[in-house]
This record gives sequence, C-alpha cells and structure tokens, in this order.
Amino acid sequence: MGTFVQLVVDGLSTGSVYAAIALAIVLVNQATGLINFAQGGMAVLAAYVAWWLTNHGVPLVLAILASMAFSFVLGAVVERWLMRRFERGDPDTAVVVTIGLLTLITGISGWLWTYNNQQFPSLFPLDTVSLLGVSVSIRSIGTTLVIVVAMVLLQALFAGTKLGLALRAVAINPESAAFSGLPVGRLLMVGWGLAAAIGAVAGALVAPQLTLTPGMLDNALVYALAAVILGGLTSPVGVVVAAWLIGVLENLAAVYVPFIGFDLKVAVPFILIFVVLVVRPQGLFGRKTVVRV
Amino acid sequence: MTLLELADVTASYGPVQVLEGVSLSVPENGAVGILGANGAGKTTTLRAISGTVRASGRILFDGTDIRGMRPDRVAALGIAHVPEGRGTLGDLTVRENLRVGAYLRKDAKGVATDIDYCLDLFPNLQDRIRSNASALSGGEQQMLAVGRAIMSKPRLLLLDEASLGLAPSTAKDVYDAIRRLRTESGIAMVVVEQNANLAFSLVDSATVLETGRNVLTGTSAELRGMDEIRRAYLGG
Repeated sequence: MGTFVQLVVDGLSTGSVYAAIALAIVLVNQATGLINFAQGGMAVLAAYVAWWLTNHGVPLVLAILASMAFSFVLGAVVERWLMRRFERGDPDTAVVVTIGLLTLITGISGWLWTYNNQQFPSLFPLDTVSLLGVSVSIRSIGTTLVIVVAMVLLQALFAGTKLGLALRAVAINPESAAFSGLPVGRLLMVGWGLAAAIGAVAGALVAPQLTLTPGMLDNALVYALAAVILGGLTSPVGVVVAAWLIGVLENLAAVYVPFIGFDLKVAVPFILIFVVLVVRPQGLFGRKTVVRV
Repeated sequence: MTLLELADVTASYGPVQVLEGVSLSVPENGAVGILGANGAGKTTTLRAISGTVRASGRILFDGTDIRGMRPDRVAALGIAHVPEGRGTLGDLTVRENLRVGAYLRKDAKGVATDIDYCLDLFPNLQDRIRSNASALSGGEQQMLAVGRAIMSKPRLLLLDEASLGLAPSTAKDVYDAIRRLRTESGIAMVVVEQNANLAFSLVDSATVLETGRNVLTGTSAELRGMDEIRRAYLGG
C-alpha cells in the first residue's frame, strides 16, 4: 500500500510537469491555432534564467517570477517577430518553424551555459509528510498543487473573462474578430506570452529533479503532446487530468507489470492514446466540433 | 450630413485591379445598396472601407480619413462589417459570439440589454443561445452575424450578401429583421446584395458597379425595374 501511494503521488508530480507544458501548448493553440513544439525549449531557457539569477543572489521565488516575466516577453516577441510571418500561411510550415525554434533555443541554452548538468534549487523542502499513513514527498505534493492552481486560473481565463473570450475568437477567425474591434496582433502576443510564462513554471518545477540541461524537457514535451491529444485540445482541465493519468500509469506499469518494467514504460501512455483516439477522436474531454454543411 | 464618403477608390489583389475608381456617399441614417454582377467589385468595396484590402483614393468616415487604417481601428470608429460567408465564430456559442461583438464596450448593462434586443430581433437565436455557432443553420448563422455586428453599437453597418445560400423565405426573414433594425436604430447601412428585390426593400438609393466602376447611381424608386439593373446582374 505504501509503495502504491508513493507511486501515485510521484506519478502525479511528474504528470504535473507534463501538464504545465501541455497547458502552454493548449493556450497557444487556443490563441493561434498552432502547436508550438518550442514550448519545452522556451521553458528550459526560462529555467536557466531563474538559475542564473539565483546564482547572483536573487531569492528563488523572485527568480522564478522574474523568469516568468522574461518568458512572457520572449513569447510575445517570438509571436510578433517570427511566428506572425507564418500564421496566415500553411499551418504545417508554422509547425516546422516551431521545431526549428526548439533546436535554436536549445542551442542557445547550451552555448550560453554549456551542456553540463547544473544543480537547480528546489522550490519545496525535500522532506516527506505522512499522508493516509504513508509518507510522501512534499515536493511531489507541492508540484501537483502548483499545477492545480495554474489549471484553475487558465480555465477561469478562457471560460469567464473577456480576455479569454477574445483570445478564443482570434484563434477561430482573426479577420472576423477584427471586425468586432479586437486588436488581433496584440491578443496573439498576449496568448504566446501567457503560454511561455506557464512553461516557465514547468521549467522551475522539474529542474531540481532532472538537473538543468538544455534538453531537460525534450521527453516531457513528448508526454505533454500526448496529454494534449488525450485530453483534447480545447480543455485545460482535460489536458491536466490526461497528463496526470500518463504520469501515474507509467509509474504503476513500470513497477506492477513486470513485462513492462522501466525500459518499456514510455510506451504505456502511447498505447493508451491509441486506444482513446480510436474510441473518442476528440480526446477524453475535448468538445466534438459539429459542422453543418 | 454625409457619414461615409468614397471618392475614386481603387484597389487590387496582386496584379489584378478590382476597383477602378468607385464613389459612394452614405448619408447619416441612410442605406445605400451596391449592385452588380459577380466580380464587379462589390465585396472589395466593403473590404476597402473596413480596412481588409489595401485601397487608394479617399475614404472618409464622419470626416476622418480611414483609408489604410487597421480593421480593428475602423471597427472601433463605429463601422461593423458583416462579411460574405458570415464570419461567425464557429467554436463559440451564440451568446459568446454576441459578447465578442460587444468587445469594445464598457457598459455591462447596455450589453445585456442589447443581447436581449438581438434575441428579440432574431427569435430563432433564443433557443440556440448555448449552441455552438457552427451547429446553427445557414439562416441562423446569418442572423447571428448581424446580431454580433450590432452588439458593437455601430453607426454604420456593412452587409455583404446577407441572403447568400439561404432559402427565399429565410432570406426574407433576415431582411425583414434588418429593415426593422434600420427603422428602430437608424444605423446607416451599405448593402451588397445579389437579389435586387431584397436590396430595394431595404435601401433608399443604390449604385451599380461594373468591372470596378460606378455605371449607374440613383434612388431605389428610379432604379427599380430599369433595364440596366437587369443587364448588370446578367453580366451583359
């Protein structure tokens, strides 16, 4: 029982990191209709900024907040001066551009700070607490809680605010949105900025566990994309639940299914996705797009 | 008092010149039709006004030169464009579409009143208020597009082929509602319409375009039934 609970909580914690990247991907998708493959790379760059600041004596929480602000600006700048050239064109081209951007940013991180592993201080104490009579790490619980808060805020943004509604309108039809006076360009910048800021949270959460390297989030990006597909592109709550499911399942499968073990556990979420997409192509929580012809 | 004034407006898509000098004058509270065959430049004229196609010449709205202005700025001045193909936001609900229309407004109470007014004007939308716009019928989408446009409280409405693809009875319903809107609100309108009878049921005057030029301008009474009108539609 003790192992089981610990595995679940740890799974939720790693799942939370996938969830943060997945939330950023959903945000950009909601705002611009694109999938940004550079989301992980941008988050790593943010983690480096936070790490560099702590090395210069800035308290960790402040450093993370500053890295989020940096990311907001980075995201907005990337949208305004790079992606805007491709947004009206072929979406495939735009996706390839984001993959190129991922390579570029990873290269910049490595060039500035080398490819060696750097120690990143943890936001949470490394102690354990007793939960249901089982000891679980505070870091896992804290990581999960941070993502719950991010998810709730994002859901509230899209469902309940004028800004969220405007971001969605611009994603669906920018020209038509402009006819209602929506400042399309500025809204796209805000969408990319917010996404990058959420990505920065993911970077700060995962860096202490994985240690900081330029390719730190490459795996997480793949899982995050899996969560996005599984949860449905339109639902922040859906992708977070999907990301947790992936984190927990791969953990449990590795330990309880001897045939899978730690070598094959990466395959578990993808088998799950395959099954889900056959049964429910819009994802577990996504809304089916109904179109009249 | 002239609200909108176009003088010698030209526009092209790449090397193809579509407007070769269009003039148009819309008085305050007036409704002017733009008639003509396919490719005559009707839609492009509206796009030149709303800033979605680059144009030269003079485009004055309430005395301000709006030529070359960004579409959202033009909208903010009080011009609402209901584009060809309706431009409804498919993944948003009917209510959300209407709220997007009111994006620039700060008066929450007024917005709520105007949503009720839209639903009164287009009762079909009442039952569909929570439906995604993409699930509406063509007629309902057209009503929603007009509804969204008037949510911004515009002074000028640009209507592009509001009857396109609709059954005759549905098209008549849409125009009946727009006529009622005109009477009750006094919003000025520029109406592009293939169906001359529908157009004349709404506008006071009209201009006929042929290959990007005005060939005939007059009041509805003068133009109704003229041979040139029929010729323009047949493209001859």
